[in-house]
Amino acid sequence: MVSTTASVTVAARRTSWADILFWSRRNKTIIGGMVILLALVTVALIAPWIADDPLGFEPTNRLKRPSEVFLFGTDQFGRDVYSRVIYGTRISLIVGLSVALVATAIGLALGVLCGYYKRVDAVAMRFMDGLMAIPAILLAIALITLMKASLFIVIIAISIPEIPRVARLVRSVVLTVRGQPYIEAAIASGTRNLTIMWRHILPNTVAPLIVQATYVCASAILTEAGLSFLGAGTPPEIPSWGNVMSLGRTFFQIAPWIIFFPGIFLAVTVLAINLVGDGLRDTLDPRIARRM
Amino acid sequence: MSAPEMVLKVQDLKKHFPVHKGLLSRVVGHVFAVDGVSFEIRRGETLCLVGESGCGKSTVAKTVMRLQEPTAGTVELNGADITKLDQEELRAHRRQMQIVFQDPYSSLNPRMSAGAIVSEPLTNYGIAAGPELTQRIAQLFERVGLRADAMVKYPHEFSGGQRQRLGIARALAVNPRLIVADEPVSALDVSVQAQVLNLLIDLQEEFQLAYLFVSHDLAVVEHIGHRIAVMYLGRIVELADNADLFGTPLHPYTEALLAAAPLPEPGLKRERIILQGDVPSPMNPPSGCRFHTRCPYALPECKVTDPPLLEVAPGHHVACLRRPVGTDGAPLTRTA
Repeated sequence: MVSTTASVTVAARRTSWADILFWSRRNKTIIGGMVILLALVTVALIAPWIADDPLGFEPTNRLKRPSEVFLFGTDQFGRDVYSRVIYGTRISLIVGLSVALVATAIGLALGVLCGYYKRVDAVAMRFMDGLMAIPAILLAIALITLMKASLFIVIIAISIPEIPRVARLVRSVVLTVRGQPYIEAAIASGTRNLTIMWRHILPNTVAPLIVQATYVCASAILTEAGLSFLGAGTPPEIPSWGNVMSLGRTFFQIAPWIIFFPGIFLAVTVLAINLVGDGLRDTLDPRIARRM
Repeated sequence: MSAPEMVLKVQDLKKHFPVHKGLLSRVVGHVFAVDGVSFEIRRGETLCLVGESGCGKSTVAKTVMRLQEPTAGTVELNGADITKLDQEELRAHRRQMQIVFQDPYSSLNPRMSAGAIVSEPLTNYGIAAGPELTQRIAQLFERVGLRADAMVKYPHEFSGGQRQRLGIARALAVNPRLIVADEPVSALDVSVQAQVLNLLIDLQEEFQLAYLFVSHDLAVVEHIGHRIAVMYLGRIVELADNADLFGTPLHPYTEALLAAAPLPEPGLKRERIILQGDVPSPMNPPSGCRFHTRCPYALPECKVTDPPLLEVAPGHHVACLRRPVGTDGAPLTRTA
């Protein structure tokens, strides 16, 4: 009991990594999501030891149903769906994390500048609004067709439509903080603008940004799979879940396992990330956090 | 004996806020928050700005600090006009003027420790670092009546009065010559108000600080002010020494303001002057004398002529047509 009250005062004081960890441990949603995510990360890391070559053709074993030899069956070229799905975990996690990082980093910078400088705001936010009017997947397809398809291009193409969402969120936080008298006090104390942004404004954006980053991550994984399914995403030789499902589409009626297993992995991954995101939102939102 | 040196000289300061309306947010008018205010503050002197809500007294404070850009007029700090300086030049001058805010809760960053809050101005100007900084902060804490070991605490662990002491320590950190105090005690309990006011008075004597003290509380103003300026609708209507203003108020508005303040002695009766109507909108101030719509002594002429702020008696400035230079301060005859 004593330790709980002590930590409550700490949580009220500031949101530090230790507090996030502390509250996360008491939140079942976060624990559930984290367990699944950790399992997926482990699978991605040890893929070479638990799976065979995802590209290995075995024309004699085409469209085999799931069995002891081929856990998830094989596709029309006789490739092991299990190995492809396991390696696909890597692609999905890389895409999700990279997009979350790129989009939050750029969105954060833009959002802070827009919230702080009215002139930047007038120009940049109109551009962001324009960007937001275009459906993310169409914008990504357009960007990918302009360049040679590669994982890097896919990451960039998915990041760009996410940036305005992050920027808007950060901007709104900055605008509320900007009006606080302690910002005026900092100006009066001779604090330079950049220092004000770093010292007084950025810390307030951390909590909503972490939550937003999880949603961006989940939606990026979905978008990548969607793009690959449409044949506009990751190059077909890379075993991403979307690519596996895309190839399985034609044989859906005779070999449903080709679509079924990567589909389950995709759904579970996105679910896990969203669970963590929801849990973090509940934890980091001070209004809800007080009640816990 | 020569007068102490001038610290702040404000001349014809104006701050008009544009009012936007409609789809294209066209400017449809201006709020004349501050409309031609002039005053001076010398070393070791407190000038109080009093007036009711919305008369522009806080705007004067913020504009003097250039936390808001003045529309017109000059603000001379130690003889240098700071209204035209760019950000970096202004930063150098900010060392000479600091501000204490009204709300001791929102003016301290809740994520920063008390020590970090007070050290911010010191590190900004590279005045102190390392152990020297810690020592300086400890001194400041003790000077404003806080324990030095409280510097590791966070703002929410302090009481309102202690927080305001923190605000004062922050303002004091860079040894300014002018402290602008924007209603520094109005958010505090009455018992704590006196402590904070006395701290301000002690600090003034010790460091010969000049104060621009904004308040709506006449008791507070009488306690701390050397000279007092009464504001009404963005203008100073009367400016006089403490004793003169409270002894012989000349402007009808000052008279009404003083009559409205509660007396500490029960049973004591006093003629109340109840002003008619509301304060007119600062978007559309009345013609002539701005007070004529509510003035019990208004003459027809008051509707037309805008009275200038004149020195009608030594050190006693008033802006009223019925109080010409050399007035004897006798009660006026009512016209309404």
